[in-house]
Formats: sequence, structure tokens, C-alpha cells
Amino acid sequence: MAVETKTPAPGTMATDDREMLISGSEACAEALTLADLDVVTAYPIRPYDTVMQAIAKKIANGQLEAEYIVAEGEHSQFEIVKHASTVGARVFCGSSGVGWMYAMECLTVTPPLRVPMVCMVGNRALDDPGAFGVEHNDALTVRDLGWLLIWVDTAQEMLDTTLLAYRIAEDRRVFLPIAISADGAFLTHSQAIVQVPTRAKVDKFLPPYNRGDLQLHPDNPITVAPQANEDWVIEIRRQNNEAMNRAYTVIEEAYADFRKTFGRGPENPWFEEYMTEDAEVILMGMGTISLPFKVGIRNMRAKGMKVGLIRPRWFRPFPTEKMVAALQGAKAIGVIDRDYSFGSPFGSGVVANEIRAAMYNADKRPPLLSFICGLGGREVTLEDVYKATDLCFEAAKSGKSPLKTQWLGVRE
Amino acid sequence: MAHFTCEVVYRGIFQKNLAARICRGIVLSARKAGRWGIAFGRYGDSPQRNGIPAKDFAIVADTQEELEQNMARYEPKEVDVTICVDDTLSKGVESWAWYGLQPINRLTVPNGTVLMTSLQSPADLLKDIHKKEAPYNLALIPAKASFSGLWVYKEDHTEARILGALAKIQPGFLSLDAVCAAIQEAEWGSELKAASARKAFERLESRPVKITEGNAETPFSFEKPKWWEMREGVSIPAIPIGKPMEGGKGYVPERNPYFKKFTTRTMRPVIDFDKCVKCTLCWLQCPDSCFDVTPDGLYDANMESCCGCGVCEAVCPAKDCVTMVREDAFEDNASQWEMWRRDKPAYMTWMGDKIASKQHVVRSHGFRFRGQYEEEIKQSLDQGGTEITAGIPGENAVGKQR
Ligand code: SF4
Ligand code: SF4
Repeated sequence: MAVETKTPAPGTMATDDREMLISGSEACAEALTLADLDVVTAYPIRPYDTVMQAIAKKIANGQLEAEYIVAEGEHSQFEIVKHASTVGARVFCGSSGVGWMYAMECLTVTPPLRVPMVCMVGNRALDDPGAFGVEHNDALTVRDLGWLLIWVDTAQEMLDTTLLAYRIAEDRRVFLPIAISADGAFLTHSQAIVQVPTRAKVDKFLPPYNRGDLQLHPDNPITVAPQANEDWVIEIRRQNNEAMNRAYTVIEEAYADFRKTFGRGPENPWFEEYMTEDAEVILMGMGTISLPFKVGIRNMRAKGMKVGLIRPRWFRPFPTEKMVAALQGAKAIGVIDRDYSFGSPFGSGVVANEIRAAMYNADKRPPLLSFICGLGGREVTLEDVYKATDLCFEAAKSGKSPLKTQWLGVRE
Repeated sequence: MAHFTCEVVYRGIFQKNLAARICRGIVLSARKAGRWGIAFGRYGDSPQRNGIPAKDFAIVADTQEELEQNMARYEPKEVDVTICVDDTLSKGVESWAWYGLQPINRLTVPNGTVLMTSLQSPADLLKDIHKKEAPYNLALIPAKASFSGLWVYKEDHTEARILGALAKIQPGFLSLDAVCAAIQEAEWGSELKAASARKAFERLESRPVKITEGNAETPFSFEKPKWWEMREGVSIPAIPIGKPMEGGKGYVPERNPYFKKFTTRTMRPVIDFDKCVKCTLCWLQCPDSCFDVTPDGLYDANMESCCGCGVCEAVCPAKDCVTMVREDAFEDNASQWEMWRRDKPAYMTWMGDKIASKQHVVRSHGFRFRGQYEEEIKQSLDQGGTEITAGIPGENAVGKQR
């Protein structure tokens, strides 16, 4: 269990941070090892399976002592870790695309039971067709279920966020499951230089998981998830909402502490701002889509175009006030979704709808343009970036939002 | 503009078809007179649960607009007529999704009516029915509870008789002609059933109940917690361990104070302590941990917890040791064992009395032998039933008699 102090295994004796060339999935496995994971379940699906393989290797090498349970499908996989968590085990699980969807029943019951399950979603297009490329719709399905939901865009951020995830989810004020979204291929399968901290530092940052009065144990006999009649449901939802609200504070505390302990990490946990100070046009997009956009922005800045990027990390809880404040200076906003919401207002993506909703009560409401781009892992090109930006500048000039959603990079 | 609301309080599974038919009959009868209505069940009351009290409702209004004002609700706040088709429910009900006890007349409007099927006298029933702060009427259809099995609907005319009685209670809404027309044309296609409705209309006896009359006990109630008072994670703590009694020679377990209790009960066990062989089976098998272990090694079923399931009677190996007796034969939840210890001969007399009352009305959850149904129908003739001359009229009987 996470409570015990174990003799460090070979290779974990380092006294200071090490540099490793690892993939996003391997970075996640490094963090799980440092977090002294207790129970992990596995069922393969691309691109998530790279994490299971990395953890299996850690266990086989004696670097991590944890129960590794191969389930017969995602549905069981999530149930196993849910139950393990109720008895006090630090757990990890995850999936991709339709595998994540297959577990949906279990994903639904996790938040009301206040199980701080940490999961990785290796984002993947939902079948059919059975493509492996990235789309964000899989993870977004838990948006309204009481899950904490975050997008990362580098292997380093994957490692850091995994540690942060346990710290936040396992805080007694929160106790909610968290899904860390990592773009399939671009993040799960590419290797980058990552700073891996020492176990000692992690121990300082991450206290043992203590479920307290909610722990299933013979010394604390409780019933978890009894049948409740309809006249208890709204109170249970209200409780969940309170935990979600408390997560705002807990997240800010955790990031501040992370910076203190590890000497890195963002000032603003909620979203990354890139060249936004004087930006007339602010582009927005989650995950690795930020990379081509940053390149494009640098090129456009060289031509004197005042354009910047906001990359949202936390999607639940959603940082409404901070996001609105950050967008107040823009003359136009362009939201690029790597997802879609068929038949939604203006046929937009999920993020665009969310930003529109957040801006409704804002003092200034710059024109908002919605773009769908990079679905199924399609590469986002600089042409896509320029096209989106040009349309945003047009809107900035006219002061009007073209309501129609633009699909970028689609064969027409 | 006027509307009329009615509830049917019944036993889950055994009477769910009966209750549904009564409510359908009300709406269809009112429709014959040009009115609009809706029939619905108390969602969450579980008619799938063996004997648990449940409710169906019928609302009839002069116009569709007025009906709308009364729709989309779980339970009306008040009803003109409360129909109770099992007199063991007269002690109050604790229906599914309800915590605490509802007196049977709780929703009945001042000067409204509680209509019951019972073989008891009004005086006997009023020992059980809680006092109400407003006068109302108690109307009786002489009959035993119309029980049937899970799959079989018992065509003993109870629904027709209730409808006939309602026509007398609420003539403004349900004329006898409309009721008979609905029975014949719309639902059951039986002249015989219409005749039963007419007979019930003629014979219905009703008497006013004053605010001073009735069971004076305060019904136990339960305050549901606010969201911030509830334990998080949909979790509930275990009930504490019980306590020894009489110097450790006996033992009383703790019981969940919020669990469904005696008000769901149709029958209760009566125990002949002299016949007990102390095998512990009742104690072991009771699903609600009802049995207190007495200092002399006997087992005393606690009547605050017993839901009347009858498991103890079924598992007891000693002949005539545990006998299930209809609930309304009892006035309180006092300990039988204490009564027995105090005065054994008096207890034997009391117990003999109770067991004899079992023979008085058999509460059969389904048919135990071939021909039982016809036998029961004959028995109920004396109490206002109609002779069955052409077999058993069933659904759309006329159509079937080709
Ligand atoms: S009837 Fe018997 S077994 Fe059933 S709850 Fe009562 S005491 Fe227990
Ligand atoms: S099952 Fe019957 S004989 Fe056995 S202990 Fe209970 S009452 Fe006595």
C-alpha cells in the first residue's frame, strides 16, 4: 500500500532529477512508479496500451511493486480499480476511444462514490471506423458526470500532471476521479526529453492516500453504494457538485506546492497563454494541437500580426472567470476543436460551445469563430493555422462572428 | 370547474392488478360522463415487492386544462377518497420511498371518505386508523382482502364493487350508470360485474368519524438529512453491535432505525414458547434480525422490526411453534416473550385467540389447491358478492363466450 515506505528498488536511488528520453505513455508510467501505485488494471487498446506495457515492464524489473490485473474488458477493468480504491489502494487505469466507452457504466458510478481513480485516456477516434488517430470525443463523454478532466501536451506535462492528479483527486475535499487526456500518437508514441524527479521529492509532494471514514475496512464497517430511492438523488448530486467546486482551491494549492517542490510547473494551472499579452486574435485549442499553432503564431508574429494562443488544460472544473478575463483583450477568438458535437448550436465543437457559454455574461464579447480540425489524427498544417487566423482577423475588423463552423483540412 | 382525486392503497404484487383496474375504471367511468382523467402509480412504490404497501391514483377533472394542473406529480397532496383494499394497512403505511409512517387517512380531505374492504366493524378498524384533525367518513365494503398470486388476477369482483361504492360516495363524478357502462363496454364486458357494482352501490354503509375517534398514537416519523448532513460517497455506516440483556444471559441486536418496519406487515409471527426446541433457526434466518435472544435461550421476535415475511414460520421445525397471524388482530407491538413469562396461562389464552383469528380470514397469496377460487367466491356471497352462473367472467368475457 502507498502508506508503507519501501526500500528503493535499483534505479530509483537517484538523489536528483534525471533526464530520460521517453514517450508520453512512458512518462506516465514513470510518474506512477514514483507515486508508488498499488493496483493497476490492464486491457489493451491503442494508443493506451503503451502505458500498460510500460507499467508491466516496471513491475517485471522490480521498480514497482503493484497488483497488475489483466481484466477481460474495460468494463471490468474500471470496476476492479474502483473497488480497490474503496479499500484504500492507490489505483490507475485508462483506455482509449471505444474501450473507454465500453466502460461507460463504471465511469458513471465512480464520481458519486467519490473514488479518486486516476485514469489516462489515450485519445482516439470513436469507431466506426476503427482508426487509431486522435480525437477528443472519447474523453469528453465524461464531461457531465463529475470527473475532473485535463488535457496535456508534452511528455513532461504528462509526468507532472500524473503526480498532480493523485495529489488533487486524493485530497479529502475532492475525492473525484480524474481523466488525463493525452493525444494518441503525437503524445503517447513520441519520445521526448523528460525530467524525472527523485522519489524523495515526490514523497514530499504526494501524501499517502487516506480514505478515512470512507474506507471499506473491517474496523470501519460501512456500506458503499446501497440502493437509494429517488428522494436521495438530488442531495447526492449536490454533494458531488460541492466536491467539484472545492477542486478549484485544491488544484491551485497543488500547483503552487508542485512548483515549490520540483522547481517547475505553470503559474496558471488552468490554461497556458502563449503570446497573448497584446494579441488581437486569440486562438484556442487543447492538447498537442498547440504545437503547430505555436509555430504558426511565431511566423505570423514575425510579420507583425498580433496573434496569440490559449491552450486550456483543465476542462472540468472549468476556469470560467479566469478564462473570461484572459479573453477580454481580444478582438476575435478562434476556437479549434479536435472534436465535434453533431447538431449542436452552430454545429460547433465542444470547446467552442463551452467558451461561448462562459462569455455570455462577459463585459466584452469578442466575435467567436469555431473550427473543427485534425480529426482522426489528421495532421494540423500551418495552412490550417493561417486560414483560421485570417478568418479571425476578418471578424475582428467587422466585429461580427460568422456563425458557421469551419472544418479545416477536410477534402472538399 | 371541478376535479376529483382518489388513491388506492394496496399490497405490492398481490394487489397491483386490482389497484390498476380500479383506477382505470374510475377514469373510464368519468369519461362516459364527458370528463377527463388520468390513472397512475406512485412511481417508486414498488409493486414488484412482496406485500410492500404501494399506491395508485386516479384524477378526474371537468376539463383537460384542469386535469393538467394535477398531472406530472408523484403523489397528490390530498385526495377526496382513500381506497384501502387490505385492512391490515389501516394501521398506517410505509410505502416504498417513504420514510416514517403515513396514517391511512393522511391524504383524505376534510369530510372526504376512507373506503375499505374489511370484515371488521368500524369500531375495530378505528382502533388502528390514526386520529385525524378533521372529520371524515368511513365507508365499508364487507370483504376480505382480495389477494392473488403474481401472475393470476382474481376475478372476485372487488374492483366492480369498489367502483359501485364510489358512485355512491361521489355521485357528482361517477354515476352508477356510467360505472356500469364502463364495466360493460369499456373494460370487462361483463353484465355480472355490473350487477356486483349495483349491489355494492345499494349496500354500501358509511359512517362519519369524529376528530376524537381513532388510534391516538403519534405515527413515527423520520427527517431526511440535508445534502451537507449526508455522509459522502453514497456510503452508510454499519449499525452498531447490540447489547446483552439480563446480566449477559440474553442478547438484543441493534437495528437500523431507518429500515422499513412493521408498517409494511400483513402478518406477524405468534410463538408458542413451550413448543420451541431452541434450534436457533428463526434467529439465524430472519432477514431483519428480529429475534432477541432471551435469557432462557428462547427467541423473541421484536415487533418493531418484523416485516412479516413469514420466513420464521417456514423454517421452524417444531410443529405449531411459529404461526403467522393477520396483523390487524393485534393492538400493539409488545413482547410476546415478556407476556409469556409474566403469566403463562393468560398467554396461552391470548395466543389461542390470535391463532383462531387466522382461520377467520385466510390470507392466501395465490391459490393453494384446485377449486380454492370458486370456494372463496361462494364464501363471499354472504358479504355482498354475486353468484357466478356462467363460469368465471374474465377479460372481455362476452367476446370469449362464443
Ligand atoms: S416474519 Fe419472522 S422471519 Fe420475517 S421478519 Fe418477522 S420475525 Fe423475521
Ligand atoms: S425456529 Fe422454532 S424451534 Fe427453532 S428456535 Fe425458533 S421458535 Fe424455537
